Order: sequence, then C-alpha cells, then structure tokens
Amino acid sequence: MSAIGELRTLSRSGRGSLTADQKAALKKERSRDSKAAAVFLAPWLLGLVGITIGPMLASLYLAFTDYNLLQDPNFVGLENIQRMVGDERLGKSLAATLTYVVVSVPIQLAVALGLALLLDRGIRGLALYRSMLYLPSLLGASVAIAVLWRLVFGGEGLVNAFLGLFGIQGPAWVAEPDTALGTLIVLHVWTFGAPMVIFLAGLRQIPRQYYDAASTDGANKWQQLRKITLPLLSPIIFFNLVLGLIGSFQSFTQAFIVSNGSGGPADSTLFFSLYLYQEGFAGFRMGYASALAWLLLIIIGAFTALNFWASKYWVFYDD
Amino acid sequence: MTTETLATTDPTTEPGKAPLVIKHRRRRPRVLAHVGLILVAVVMLYPLLWMVTSSLRPNDEIFTSPGLLIDTFDLSHYPDGWNALSKPFGSYLLNSALVVLGSVVGNLVSCSMAAYAFARLQFRAKTVAFAAMLLTIMLPVHVLIIPQYVMFAQIGWINTYLPLIVPKLLATDAFFVFLMVQFVRGIPRELDEAARIDGAGHARIFLQVILPLMVPALATTTIFTFIWTWNDFFSQLIFVTDPDLYTVPVALRQFIDAQSQSDFGALFAMSVVSLIPVFLVFLFGQRFLLRGIATTGGK
Repeated sequence: MSAIGELRTLSRSGRGSLTADQKAALKKERSRDSKAAAVFLAPWLLGLVGITIGPMLASLYLAFTDYNLLQDPNFVGLENIQRMVGDERLGKSLAATLTYVVVSVPIQLAVALGLALLLDRGIRGLALYRSMLYLPSLLGASVAIAVLWRLVFGGEGLVNAFLGLFGIQGPAWVAEPDTALGTLIVLHVWTFGAPMVIFLAGLRQIPRQYYDAASTDGANKWQQLRKITLPLLSPIIFFNLVLGLIGSFQSFTQAFIVSNGSGGPADSTLFFSLYLYQEGFAGFRMGYASALAWLLLIIIGAFTALNFWASKYWVFYDD
Repeated sequence: MTTETLATTDPTTEPGKAPLVIKHRRRRPRVLAHVGLILVAVVMLYPLLWMVTSSLRPNDEIFTSPGLLIDTFDLSHYPDGWNALSKPFGSYLLNSALVVLGSVVGNLVSCSMAAYAFARLQFRAKTVAFAAMLLTIMLPVHVLIIPQYVMFAQIGWINTYLPLIVPKLLATDAFFVFLMVQFVRGIPRELDEAARIDGAGHARIFLQVILPLMVPALATTTIFTFIWTWNDFFSQLIFVTDPDLYTVPVALRQFIDAQSQSDFGALFAMSVVSLIPVFLVFLFGQRFLLRGIATTGGK
C-alpha cells in the first residue's frame, strides 16, 4: 500500500495521531480527489439535476394543474386527485395491473427457481440449457414478441390450432376480457430466464460442505432444500422479487401491442402505464397523467417498502 | 467474477471418494432431469421457431399448421414486408442502429466516469450522492417522461434522436453506474496506487489502469444497452413521431396497423428481421451477459 493509502487507513481508524506534515499531505490528497470527482461526476450530476430531479419536481407540480401542452398550466389544487376517485377506467387499470403483478411475478420466480435448482446439480449441457432458457428474456420485451403473442393467442392462432388437434375449440384468447390478461401473464412467465440466471449464481455460492454434512446427518433432499438452500438463497429470492415487482408494475409494450393501444377488450389489459400514456400523450391531459405517474410511484414505493418490511421475517443473512 | 472463483466448489472437481458413489446413485434422477429440461426448452422456444417457419410459408398455411415442417417454401414475405411501409425496412434498422450506437457510447463514457468517482475518490457528500444514484435506479420512467417531453419539445428536440441519446450521455442509466462501481471495487487498489507513485493523475489512472481492467463490465453494459435500446418501445414511441425517423419497434407497430388483416407472413418476416440483431448480440455476448447478470445478483 502506498504512503497515502496508509495515511488514509490511519486517519479513518481514528487510532494514532498524524503529524502536521501527514495531515497536510492528506488534505492535499483530498482536495485533489474533490477536484477530480467534480470532473468525473459532471455528466452524472448534470443528468441527475436536469433529466431526473428537475422533471420530477415539474411532474409533481403538473399533477396539481390542468396542463394540456397547448396552454399554460393552471393550478387546480386537488382536482386531479378527486377525479381519480371517480375514475372508473383507473379502477379497471389498477385491477388489471395488480392482478398481473401479483399473479405473474410469483409464478415467474417459482419457475425460475425450480429450473435453477434442476440445473444446479452439475448437469451435462448446463450452458446450452441455460442459454436456451435465457433467450426469451432478452426478446420478450420487444414489439416483435408482442406481435407474436397476439397471433399465437388469436382466434386462429397457434394455441387453438394445437387444441384443435384434440378436437377442442378454444376461444379467441386475446379478444376475450376473461383471458386476455392471462395471455400477458403467460408472456411474462415465459421470460423467467433472467431471474433463473441470478438464482443459478446464488446457488453456486452455497458451500457444498453444508449438503455433505446434512446428508451425513441423514437429512433427505427435501429437508436439505428447506433447511439449507432456501434460507441461504433468500437474499437472492428477495432481490429478484423486488426487481420483478418494480419492473412488472411498469409493463407497457406487451399490453399496448396485444390490445392495439386500447387496453381492451373491456379494459382488461389496461396496464397502468398504458392508461397513463392514453391520458397524457393521446388525450393531452398531461396534468392528470402526471398525477397518475405519482400514484404509480407511490404504489411501487409502498410495495417495495412492504417487501423490505416483510423481508425481516424470511430473508436470512449469514454475514 | 464471483461465479468464476466459486466454480471450484463444483463437486466434480473436488478430490475424494464421495462423488463416485453419488454419481452412481443419481443416474436415474438425472435422466428425468434431462427429459424435463428438454421439454421446458422445447415449449420455451416453440413460439420463436413457429414465428420463423411462419415467415417462410404461404399465408393460407400459417394458421392451419401448428407444426414446424414447411410444405411450400415461400420467401416472398421478406421482400414484401421489407417494402411494405413508406420506406424500406432497412432505413428503420439504420435509425435504430444510430440510436443504439449513441446510447452505447453515452453509457460507456458517462457511467464509467461516474463509477470511477464513486469507487475510488473521496469527496464531500459522497454518501448522499451515492444514495441518490441508487434511488434513481428504482424511479419509474413515467414520473419523468411528461416533463421531459415538455422540456425536449421546448428546445426543439422532438423528432430527433437527442431525447433518446443525451440522457445516456448524462449517466441516467444508473443501473450501469452501480454495476461498474461494484466491478471497480473488486480491482485491487494497489494497482492505481502504484500508478500514483509513478506520478499518474486521476485521468491517467482511469484511462490506463482502471478502464482496461473494466472490460467485462464495459462489455456487459454494451450488450445490455444494445438489447434494451433496440427493444425499447415506450420512449421511442413518444419522442419520435415522424414516420421517416421511426425506429424498428415503432415501425413494426405501424406495420401491424397496415398489414394485420391479410399479410401475416410479411408481419412475421419483419418481426424475425427485427429480432436478428438481438439474437446475434446474445449469441456472441452471452458469456459476458450471463456473468454480468449474475454479478448484479450477488450479495
């Protein structure tokens, strides 16, 4: 370690006193660092202020106005919030979004975890399986896959052609209010590869000795899973859960393409971000859309906070 | 990184007697595991394969045959789809490539600079700045997009690619800053302190010591930025409304409206074309990609 490094450690530890010369050297080093930090962080800081915090504050202000892009915004107080209370489509949008998130995220994680466990046993061809299962996660967010889904689950699509082989006449899945959301849930589950890869990395960090010790003590596979794997993997499960929830609350493309931008049939796929788009960018009700954006932020924040609170009871940190 | 160091704990590489016994006992469950995995993989990839084959058969055969065997090869969907919109599809590919290139360069430059500062420099309010950076990862784009739209409209940037690229130049993809900070922290400090002693300043340490060692993190950033920008629909839909400037996702959406009733084959064909770049990046970059995604999940 260099002289400066030693000085830093010394001053940080609080033990031992530095000579005046050493203090001066450290001070010089700090001012050098600060100047460099100003340069290195300049783009990020500009972005934080100009592209993130500024717009955030503006969005908060707009949420209390009737802004429509063409005229200057008027402050309307709580009108947008009152409007939310009586907004039937907002209710449907919340229902669709919550159903989607609450159903598809746990299923996706369960499938991801199950396959990660299967792949973790030093199986032959691991790399090939992993790649094949991971591929859909990369393509899943694209318009092309949403188009594919619309056709696969259409009245004469692939799914019904399959069912037809068994003499079953399936519904037009994407055109029925009862099943349209389900097709989007299937699409989301289909992209389980990304959390699966994270699970795989987590599984590798569990020392093999734990399992050897457990089987010596006569623990069977199920007990080993419950007493070793799941507790040690719980921080990763938590990580995937938080990321999955935050991401799926913001889903847009799939619902937009499958419903042709309408959120239909009967608003059954009217995801929150789709409704926000309709209000703001199609209806030019930017004030109301800003209020919706803040509602989304509050909902995501609440879910994330709830998650962190609940994690005390099931997430196990060994360090 | 972590995955590599830990790979040595794989039971097959461990010396000793235990693995032989276990291997014998486990044979049957392993066959079952393979059967299960192959089944899952087939189901997962089937829709993709069906899309490719559908783009190669005549329209009237697409929905009558769920199978993957093609009776009559019909390559005409590709030229038809390519020329179906007001401009050939190639020009939308080029537009997307431009946006992707700008985004990749932007993220590489700005995020690595910020990461160096967070990982290596001491400055006031560092903790606050770092926390702010982490918080922006979780911020939904919806809270920002309306004021951003207004702002970009006022400075005349709507229907240019600037609203898509400039934020990347300003390190607003904080996820990559975080990824790189984690990576730089893993590089031994002795290396840059040695360069210090040789008289190098922070600019030289960053450019000549840290950046060359960051290649895996930079590769991960490049690949993810490529794929996410290529797939991004929401912001491209909002900021680009001039049909001549459409990027691939927006053009493809336009295509559905134009074609949906009759020419499914052409729709499939252009969907396939739009996925090829992502597929290629996946093919060549998956080593970095899987490692990158794995390290983000580490504790």
